[in-house]
Amino acid sequence: MSALKHPQILLASDLADGEVLFLGAEGWERDHRRARVARDKEEAAVLEGVGKAEIAKNRVVDVYLADVDVGADGAPTPLHYREKMRLKGPSVRPDLGKQAKGAA
Amino acid sequence: MTAHDPSLARPNTPVTTYRYDEFDAAFVRERVAEFREQVRRRLEGSLTEDEFRPFRLMNGLYLQLHAYMLRVAIPYGTLTARQMRRLADIADKYDRGYGHFTTRQNLQYNWPKLIDTPDILEALAEVEMHAIQTSGNCIRNVTADHFSGVAPDEIEDPRATAEFLRQWSSAHPEFSFLPRKFKIAVTGSEHDRAAIMVHDVGLRIMTNAAGDVGYQVVVGGGLGRTPFVGKVLRDYLPRADLLAYLEAVMRVYNRFGRRDNKYKARIKILVHEKGIEEVRAAIEAEFVAMDRGVFSYDPTEFERIAAFFTPPPYEALPAESAKLRAERVAHPAFGNFVEVNAAPHRVPGYAIVTVSLKPIGGIPGDATSQQMRVLAEASERFGFGELRISHEQNVILPHVKQDDLFDLWKLLDGAGLATANAGLVSDIISCPGLDYCALATARSIPIAQAISKRFSDLSRQRRIGKLGIKISGCINACGHHHVGAIGILGLEKKGQESYQITLGGDPTFSASIGEILGPGVTAEQVPDVIEHIVDFYLAERQEGETFIETWRRIGHARFKDVLRREGEDGADI
Ligand code: HEM
Ligand code: SF4
Repeated sequence: MSALKHPQILLASDLADGEVLFLGAEGWERDHRRARVARDKEEAAVLEGVGKAEIAKNRVVDVYLADVDVGADGAPTPLHYREKMRLKGPSVRPDLGKQAKGAA
Repeated sequence: MTAHDPSLARPNTPVTTYRYDEFDAAFVRERVAEFREQVRRRLEGSLTEDEFRPFRLMNGLYLQLHAYMLRVAIPYGTLTARQMRRLADIADKYDRGYGHFTTRQNLQYNWPKLIDTPDILEALAEVEMHAIQTSGNCIRNVTADHFSGVAPDEIEDPRATAEFLRQWSSAHPEFSFLPRKFKIAVTGSEHDRAAIMVHDVGLRIMTNAAGDVGYQVVVGGGLGRTPFVGKVLRDYLPRADLLAYLEAVMRVYNRFGRRDNKYKARIKILVHEKGIEEVRAAIEAEFVAMDRGVFSYDPTEFERIAAFFTPPPYEALPAESAKLRAERVAHPAFGNFVEVNAAPHRVPGYAIVTVSLKPIGGIPGDATSQQMRVLAEASERFGFGELRISHEQNVILPHVKQDDLFDLWKLLDGAGLATANAGLVSDIISCPGLDYCALATARSIPIAQAISKRFSDLSRQRRIGKLGIKISGCINACGHHHVGAIGILGLEKKGQESYQITLGGDPTFSASIGEILGPGVTAEQVPDVIEHIVDFYLAERQEGETFIETWRRIGHARFKDVLRREGEDGADI
């Protein structure tokens, strides 16, 4: 098992509406807290493999891994402010994006 | 279709905007049908994203941070009340009730669904609008002075030229896959409101010694990673040569532009690397050698187009309205609005009104669908049904009777559209930055909001005077920060948002690129730093001097020095 500097999750955009998705245990999730966390390089490669297959099936686009911090409750939060922004919505419009639906 | 065939006039159709001919209409409809099919094939899976991406970009559809984004062209910034209403309806039906007006005189929707975009494009086509060439490596929407046709210092309305170029460049087969995108701006006045010096090609309408109208051609300006002020390619180009000459420019760019490196692919790099003389020689050689017959100038066609931009039926009025004078005195808030947001008009008794889309603490350039409808109504009641979008992300009502200004103000005020800050420190240009944009390295809108709130006192703003603050969320410079008197660039430093400040940028004929003040600062520090800069300017300025004039007179080092003292060792600034 080769170690990762940080655990990772897989993000993507939904092909139909562009919304941010997170790969979970059972497929794509709209809530990042349900994202599947890769703790080593092999697991990360598995996530990426699923991502590639999903791109080929034309369900998602723009798939990539992002570093996360895993909280005491086991829910991952991205480390970089860019992805932090992506799991909420525009910081200047709290009424829009995922935050408006109470996901973040 | 001719210019003023009354049988074709629709109710509320202004007589001063271009209308599609059958060719345009058929072309746009074909494009929409094509795109509908492409979207269908993409969703069903027979097109991969790599195959589909160029198609969607050709139709102005991007994928952003949270959703898709559709960029709608507003050619040379002119639109009718009917078109504005349609933009509002689309915002309600297919988006989230608002739109964002940009520095390229476009409108962006931030939340369309892929499956809806063909319907949106169809709704736009019904009002003679589209999203073609708002993306991709082609000649983009041609922009022009937002005071076109009404500015007192105008030689000729630049929109006829811009429309002439739109027709030439739309779906031009040779220029659909240029090394990089290509932006053209046109101005017809002594004062540049179209930033022609920082475009790939800038055209300045002028007359020669014989009194003939032609163009000064500027090439190789641009912002982004490597900002440059354009260089004069031709001092005077006769109108008859316009299309052929631009064709020669494009061919030379197409041939020699650096396709090997996306960061070096703009024509500004070609001009910089080869030098203006060599580029000019190549263009002139192409111009002489090419078959110019195909581009031969048809003055009747130009006249036909120009006829769309003839003035509306103004009334004969005294130069100054007594009614307005009395109302200004009676209602100080209105008086301030007129002082700041109304500009002189070439026709006696009229004014040009800038409607600010920068309420204090608001998101620069955003308008709700309700506000768009109020703007449409305002233009119909007080301005021949015509509106303009400025590259400063504001909306212009170009033909308002001075007698009507008070009623207009009340209407706008009721919709949160009467902020009297046009051209002042809170009239900030800001790109969407990391709140929306997939390329951003930092947020820019919250920075604009914080500065706007810091300077919320409008009387203080008036004392400070005209001062352009421009903010971009990454090096691409969509917010024009390089040409802001105060420019702010959002970057990432050690995993944090960091802001680099520049001073001395100027987007007009006297164009200059701003100079860096010092190391980046945090988001929280930006308003303080701006305030120090402004205070220092106020202390140093001489009677009647603008910020840029003071900065040029006393020099960048003085500004740097004072901030270094403020920040003790300067480490924070
Ligand atoms: C989808 C969001 C956007 C993307 C992906 C994007 C992309 C870019 C890129 C890559 C550049 C650098 C171009 C170059 O130097 O070749 C650029 C520059 C520019 N963009 Fe954007 N942009 C976006 C939004 C906007 C918006 C919202 C505006 C207007 C507010 C805008 C107006 C401009 C302008 C004026 C420039 C300056 C380039 C120049 O003249 O050299 N863009 N953009
Ligand atoms: S300047 Fe950068 S962050 Fe801003 S809109 Fe352009 S590409 Fe996006």
